[in-house]
Amino acid sequence: MSNKISETLTFECETGNYHTFCPISCVAWLYQKIEDSFFLVVGTKTCGYFLQNALGVMIFAEPRYAMAELEEGDISAQLNDYEELKRLCLQIKKDRNPSVIIWIGTCTTEIIKMDLEGMAPKLENELNIPIVVARANGLDYAFTQGEDTVLAAMAHRCPEHVDKKKLIQDSNIQDFFSFLSLEKKKEVTDKQFVKSKKNPPLVLFGSLPSTVASQPSSELKRQSVQVSGWLPAQRYTDLPSLGNKVYVCGVNPFLSRTATTLMRRRKCKLIGAPFPIGPDGTRAWIEKICSVFGIKTEGLETREKQIWKNLKDYLDLVRGKSVFFMGDNLLEISLARFLIRCGMIVYEIGIPYLDKRYQAAELLFSQNTCRDMSIPMPRIVEKPDNYNQIQRMRELQPDLAITGMAHANPLEARGINTKWSVEFTFAQIHGFTNARDILELVTRPLRRNNNLENLGWNNLTKKEKKNKFN
Amino acid sequence: MKLAYWMYAGPAHIGTLRVASSFKNVHAIMHAPLGDDYFNVMRSMLERERDFTPVTASIVDRHVLARGSQEKVVDNITRKDKEERPDLIVLTPTCTSSILQEDLQNFVDRASITSNSDVILADVNHYRVNELQAADRTLEQIVRYYLEKACKQGTLDQSLTEEPSANIIGIFTLGFHNQHDCRELKRLLQDLNIKVNKIIPEGGSVKDLQNLPKAWFNLVPYREVGLMTAIYLEKNFGMPYISVTPMGIVDTAECIRQIQKHINNLVSNKTFDYESYIDQQTRFVSQAAWFSRSIDCQNLTGKKAVVFGDATHAASITRILAREMGIRVSCTGTYCKHDAEWFKEQVQGFCDEILITDDHTEVGDMIARIEPSAIFGTQMERHIGKRLDIPCGVISSPVHIQNFPLGYRPFLGYEGTNQIADSVYNSFTLGMEDHLLEIFGGHDTKEVITKSLSTDTDLTWNYESQLELNKIPGFVRGKIKRNTEKFARQNNITNITVEIMYAAKEALSA
Repeated sequence: MSNKISETLTFECETGNYHTFCPISCVAWLYQKIEDSFFLVVGTKTCGYFLQNALGVMIFAEPRYAMAELEEGDISAQLNDYEELKRLCLQIKKDRNPSVIIWIGTCTTEIIKMDLEGMAPKLENELNIPIVVARANGLDYAFTQGEDTVLAAMAHRCPEHVDKKKLIQDSNIQDFFSFLSLEKKKEVTDKQFVKSKKNPPLVLFGSLPSTVASQPSSELKRQSVQVSGWLPAQRYTDLPSLGNKVYVCGVNPFLSRTATTLMRRRKCKLIGAPFPIGPDGTRAWIEKICSVFGIKTEGLETREKQIWKNLKDYLDLVRGKSVFFMGDNLLEISLARFLIRCGMIVYEIGIPYLDKRYQAAELLFSQNTCRDMSIPMPRIVEKPDNYNQIQRMRELQPDLAITGMAHANPLEARGINTKWSVEFTFAQIHGFTNARDILELVTRPLRRNNNLENLGWNNLTKKEKKNKFN
Repeated sequence: MKLAYWMYAGPAHIGTLRVASSFKNVHAIMHAPLGDDYFNVMRSMLERERDFTPVTASIVDRHVLARGSQEKVVDNITRKDKEERPDLIVLTPTCTSSILQEDLQNFVDRASITSNSDVILADVNHYRVNELQAADRTLEQIVRYYLEKACKQGTLDQSLTEEPSANIIGIFTLGFHNQHDCRELKRLLQDLNIKVNKIIPEGGSVKDLQNLPKAWFNLVPYREVGLMTAIYLEKNFGMPYISVTPMGIVDTAECIRQIQKHINNLVSNKTFDYESYIDQQTRFVSQAAWFSRSIDCQNLTGKKAVVFGDATHAASITRILAREMGIRVSCTGTYCKHDAEWFKEQVQGFCDEILITDDHTEVGDMIARIEPSAIFGTQMERHIGKRLDIPCGVISSPVHIQNFPLGYRPFLGYEGTNQIADSVYNSFTLGMEDHLLEIFGGHDTKEVITKSLSTDTDLTWNYESQLELNKIPGFVRGKIKRNTEKFARQNNITNITVEIMYAAKEALSA
């Protein structure tokens, strides 16, 4: 499939001089999602300063994350990493008693080659608390890819999926050893099998707020597809079981490592589908899952139509307007595809990293969308160069730039409407019902500036800078 | 390793970037991994900056780890030189480059051959200094670089300006109310008929730095940043400097008197006398002196306050509260551990105890123990205050966007004294309101008193004691409740009655 795409799609790759959040920012939403976790970021003051400022008021709410701040003695190995981490983790265990401690490796631990993966199992035994290691550093990853590294690490901790038939055989044997543990096990597996008669076990991966997570599940349930678990679950102790009979499907475009881990290490079967962002994406996502299970979907077309009908007021605002994605969170392809379906023109899709295999279905779907809307497929720029992008934007004068906060205010001062891209990662954008939220975000600068348009002060930079667009 | 949830001062490179991006037409290039350019977000959002922040990163990625930066840093410098034509490019090391130990000076030397801009390497070590120390150091480094360059080229003109003039050193981006303070200082100097020679780094051009020695003296308003530069200029060019922060009425007067002394040292034909100006401003232009005399301020007498912040602001506010307003400062502290001696000396005699720490939990515990009527601190203390239901005035970095007000809010000079007086007064529960609440038993009698920070479920308050508790004014209610419960627990009492409340009160005062 990837071959077929590359024939018609053009990918460019620039210098990688772009602004994005450090991947350790994933602790912000993951500690909230996984209620019994504690995230320990092993890094320097720089990491701490970023988290403190990026997470704003969250920092004052006794969050379940902290820095293990490395000092000069740690860098020069005058202090023993293992003893130091043990001391801190003991304290965390004493103060917070989490069900799991997740160590986030950073640039510094990479450079000094701190063997977090080696130390974790030892310390885990000693402290009797699971320690998961995720290397979410700025040397290798951008922003949302942080979640990818955490989920990939967690995939190893999911219990092994046990076949029901086999379980009964095994249970006879196990009966002799332990009655109690068997009952526990049976309870878990029963929960998964009683419900899912029609389809083999299906585990969805990607962290969504619990209110949003229930929506894709219930949409699938309407098509009588049962979801047997989520990675991550609300609690670490509820991680879904995985195995070679289990099908998995991603809900976010930035989870390629997790997908790879699930396929290669846990032998799961990956369903490659477009992502459930926008009503078009949601429908395609459900259809793909159903088709894999040989289930005929019902009423999806009318459901999608109804959603589009409800969006009419917003669609009128965006139709014919142009968008420029500077690229920083990997949601760009799916969002651009949705906006093209909404009638917008996309000039450029900047994206930090594009896994053409994991996103294959989404890319194909995007192409089809462009064909349907009869506009050319926008250029996709991997590892963009912000300076060059700003020069291009100066030529194109898009109606809306979706960009990071470092550029938002300067662009606004030059009369270009901007939407801060990070909001898309924190807002609820998945499933049918949240399509409105995406457009709410996209149209906000347009609606605001409609009100200000006639006041005559759109360009708010000093005169001598007027022609110098940087 | 240190378990840290929050920090008062940022990493070293932030200080360097703040200085570099405050100058006009200076570009900073960070040698850093992806995502470390968070400084741009802060500047763009907190300062609501209209222009692109002149900071880019030369990205350190996996390839750089494997084989070194090689041409990358040099290429990025020469590229920026062509694109933006800055006067100066500052290569900024980060925690990452500190441990990579690449020869950044070598890159700088190579790049400066090919580029039209001047190129320097910021001389800061991530593991040794914090944001403020790094800013101080970088400012001195840039000034030194350009003065030495001018000396070498023989373009340095050391003759003093005809009229008295001053340099203001240490105003820069993301500084606490720096823009407003700068305007106020300019106004103050103008009132004294002193010309402003240069303001650095904010808005200054590095090309003009060679004119610094033309000023009669240097004014360093903040303790944290600018002193190194002032000392360098004194040592090498014999320029006197004034480091008294003109915050509060007494210190503003002291600052002006020092200016007078320095100017009179330099002129022989006439003497400058600012005493009448000081008197006029103190008694009539600034409202603060009158305010502390007015009966309103009587209600503040002896009320307990806690102060915490950077060295400059915490020391000045402590002295204003104690000396100018008659408030009792139970504890004052700073996170500028490197400047602890100076700080202790400054607040000696103006407070009961001194706390030097950069651990916010220590500050929180201290506040909880003292239970002051008001806190003057950073955003962290504001949140501690929220949890303990104690009002807080923000007087120092670290700050949020609301501490970058659009309106004119200096902390320095005579207008600054007005602003501080307002902020102090508004932080305490207003006097009369306080009084009325006490008489009429509070205005929120429907408040659910079991909803509080303390998680004790073992204690029950009977109906009468709840009523009694509601009669206590809101701002001390939490304290009374905690004290009573503490007393009850000590005496193994689970049911709290009015009698217990009074017993607790007696036990406490005994």
